[in-house]
Amino acid sequence: MSDVILKIKRQDGPNSRPYWEEFKVPVAPKANVISLLLEIQRNPVNLQGKPTTPVIWDCNCLEEVCGACSMVINGVARQACAALVDTLSKPIVLQPLSKFPLVRDLMVDRQKMFENLKKIKAWVPIDGTYYMGPGPKVAPSVQDERYLISCCMTCGCCMEACPYVNPKSNYMGPTCMAQVKLFNAHPTGAMYKDERLDAIAGDGGIADCGNAQNCERVCPKEIPLVSIIAELNRETAFRGFNRWLKGKPKGPGLAAPG
Amino acid sequence: MKFIVVGGGLAGLMATIKIAEKGENVDLISFVHVKRSHSVCAQGGINGAVNTKGEGDSPWNHFDDTLLGGDYLANQPPVLGMCEAAPGIIYLMDRMGVPFTRTPEGNLDFRRFGGTLVHRTAFSGSTTGQQLLYALDEQVRYWETQGKVNKFEDWDYLSAVIDDNGVCRGCIAQDMKTMEIRSFQGDAVILCTGGLGAVYGKTTNSIINTGSPASSAYQQGVYYANPEMIQIHPTCIGGDDKLRLISEGVRGDGGRLWTYKDGKPWFFMEEWYPAYGNLVSRDVASRGIFKVCRELGLGLDGGDSVYLDVTHLEPDWIEKRQHGVLEIYRKFAGEEPTKVPMKVFPAMHYSMGGMWVDYNQMTNIPGLFAAGECEYQYHGANRLGANSLISCLYAGTVVGDKVMEYCKGLKKTSSDVSSKVFDAEMARQKAGMDKILKFNGPENPYVLKDEMNNYMSTYVGVVRTTKQLQDTDKKLLELMERYKKLGVYDTGGWSNRTAIFIRHLWNMFELARGIVGGSLLRKESRGAHYMPEYPNRDDENWLKTTKAKWTPSGPQFSLEDVDISLVKPRVRRYDVTKDQVIKEAAEKEAASSKEGAK
Repeated sequence: MSDVILKIKRQDGPNSRPYWEEFKVPVAPKANVISLLLEIQRNPVNLQGKPTTPVIWDCNCLEEVCGACSMVINGVARQACAALVDTLSKPIVLQPLSKFPLVRDLMVDRQKMFENLKKIKAWVPIDGTYYMGPGPKVAPSVQDERYLISCCMTCGCCMEACPYVNPKSNYMGPTCMAQVKLFNAHPTGAMYKDERLDAIAGDGGIADCGNAQNCERVCPKEIPLVSIIAELNRETAFRGFNRWLKGKPKGPGLAAPG
Repeated sequence: MKFIVVGGGLAGLMATIKIAEKGENVDLISFVHVKRSHSVCAQGGINGAVNTKGEGDSPWNHFDDTLLGGDYLANQPPVLGMCEAAPGIIYLMDRMGVPFTRTPEGNLDFRRFGGTLVHRTAFSGSTTGQQLLYALDEQVRYWETQGKVNKFEDWDYLSAVIDDNGVCRGCIAQDMKTMEIRSFQGDAVILCTGGLGAVYGKTTNSIINTGSPASSAYQQGVYYANPEMIQIHPTCIGGDDKLRLISEGVRGDGGRLWTYKDGKPWFFMEEWYPAYGNLVSRDVASRGIFKVCRELGLGLDGGDSVYLDVTHLEPDWIEKRQHGVLEIYRKFAGEEPTKVPMKVFPAMHYSMGGMWVDYNQMTNIPGLFAAGECEYQYHGANRLGANSLISCLYAGTVVGDKVMEYCKGLKKTSSDVSSKVFDAEMARQKAGMDKILKFNGPENPYVLKDEMNNYMSTYVGVVRTTKQLQDTDKKLLELMERYKKLGVYDTGGWSNRTAIFIRHLWNMFELARGIVGGSLLRKESRGAHYMPEYPNRDDENWLKTTKAKWTPSGPQFSLEDVDISLVKPRVRRYDVTKDQVIKEAAEKEAASSKEGAK
């Protein structure tokens, strides 16, 4: 078993000063970054041989499907569980995502992503949970397209990589735009398509995207964010033009079911 | 009325939606952001006898397969309820926009799964759990915007608040950021807190599945039923941090298990079980692989793995249907599964046992309900693949309705209960945390967990012996002694995950003793519980639910009859079809009655 040096940016709490701490950790076969952090839990001693506190980070599923363990590994935002030690340059440098409020060490608070999902009404409205037969038929091609977007884990990697997500902007971020498409492509969801387009036409919406295209490069689920955003750009523009022609439509909108 | 749901997986979110749509308010407490709950890991699909393939499938057939798969240990009426509701629940999820895989006409497609001979499993690629969870997460988010749901995410459930009459009136939970411990008032508390994989360590479970809330309820007096029934999934892959599942759906789509015998591929499951082949129930498949590797010494490279092969299938077709799973294999095993067969081995996956509940999903503590993997109701001694998602969703709908009925019958609500009752339980929990923060001994909590994990994985798995179970229990007692000498390493008052882990560690020990105790008690082999010393199923003595009652000195067991009012238990065979078994039994009966007439 060989050893690896880990350099971790730590911070005891949101108002504390960040500091770097290094660890020398034995590497087992097929180890990932999570295994290294687990090893520090078993033996919380730093490179200088001084006892320290175990490093705090977020993780659940460890198979890249829950989205919890996002962090910046050697400068790139990604899932720690899928970062195999053998494939990483050494020493391995771990930092928390910088676009979210810090909780402790490598753990951040990504609540704002979930709040954004409320703004864009990211759900298919249903009349209730009672029996109403099957849903609408969906063409396999539409399902394929939706499925890809629906694998988004709200992990935040695209937010980290996007230069337009920053303290001076309200930009909801690439993933949020993709979610608009996810629900607008569903036959029931499409009934309220315009409301979602309006939600990203204003502040923090699609106009804030400057087309840096970093989002797609870091997306662990390979969601085609760039082309989705381009498509939504056309749709919001078209919608804006139509509104200007016809005036704002009146209707009950995306009301409460039942 | 006030409702508390603990846990934001499929069962918890469904219960939340059911209550919210009736206009009531829910406090939803979850250890993680609900969108990251362990339901997200389910891959292959969800069962429901929609019968779209001309196979004559029916909810009754689903019910019958589920009972047989569970070796008849499940009470039958709730299982029938689940199977009858299943097609409607799949349709409901379809209406919520789950991107289920479609047929050319745009209908739901169905695949085959283990322990059945028909296409009964709706699926969304190979990330069905993720897709179902997200659909419910979205609906709950809608209810949040309507002010009906109040989420407490990153909160740890600590205990139920039980009044002087033994009725649950709320719970205590801790904010894992600020470390604030507070009480929640609720006329009904619904635990939907999932499984206990962390007791076994390296498993397919998420790292968060410590079973801590269920253990806490058990220590407060809730019966823990059939703890010995732990599912070992036949096809998993390795890793240093955890093991990862390769879906049964891969075999449902045509994947084959094999190893080398005399230098040639040997499709052992197909040879041993001609009728079901690679799609026998999971306990049988795991024992099959165990036999190949441990008894016959024919595992790959002499180890515990065999091949799971999809290389004969059309690459684009299998990629489309199993992309999620194949990606996991590529990322974590580093090989191309459409070109080289996957190497897989059995690993701990699911707990059939759990908190005892009645047919209304209520535990023996009035007002405290449970739904999902944390309770024992639907799977008997072995769960069929793709039945977990449906059981979680179904139990969630049942409990959502039943808590409402329960609360309407209450003479006194939680707000009438003296605040002293809440304060007392809160004080007990605060004292517990204070004690942990003062631990300054030499033992490391994560090391103690590893030691428990090694014993549980090695000795309380596919094959169990009395001697090894006794050794494991001894080990657990030793660990519980060493727990007293733990060091906390971190005494901070902000996001102190080590202190929280130590609390869970004790709860895991208590569950582990229940699992071992149940295994020692059950002197037969049934479903996932296999003891060579008692190789046969013994319906006369052991068609019983084992119920563990917590005591300070260990679990105390009692036995409860299983409700077999609907189907008479049959011999469990997967080498021939069910029809064949029934026919042979009828012929045997006819012959013996002829014999009797002579």
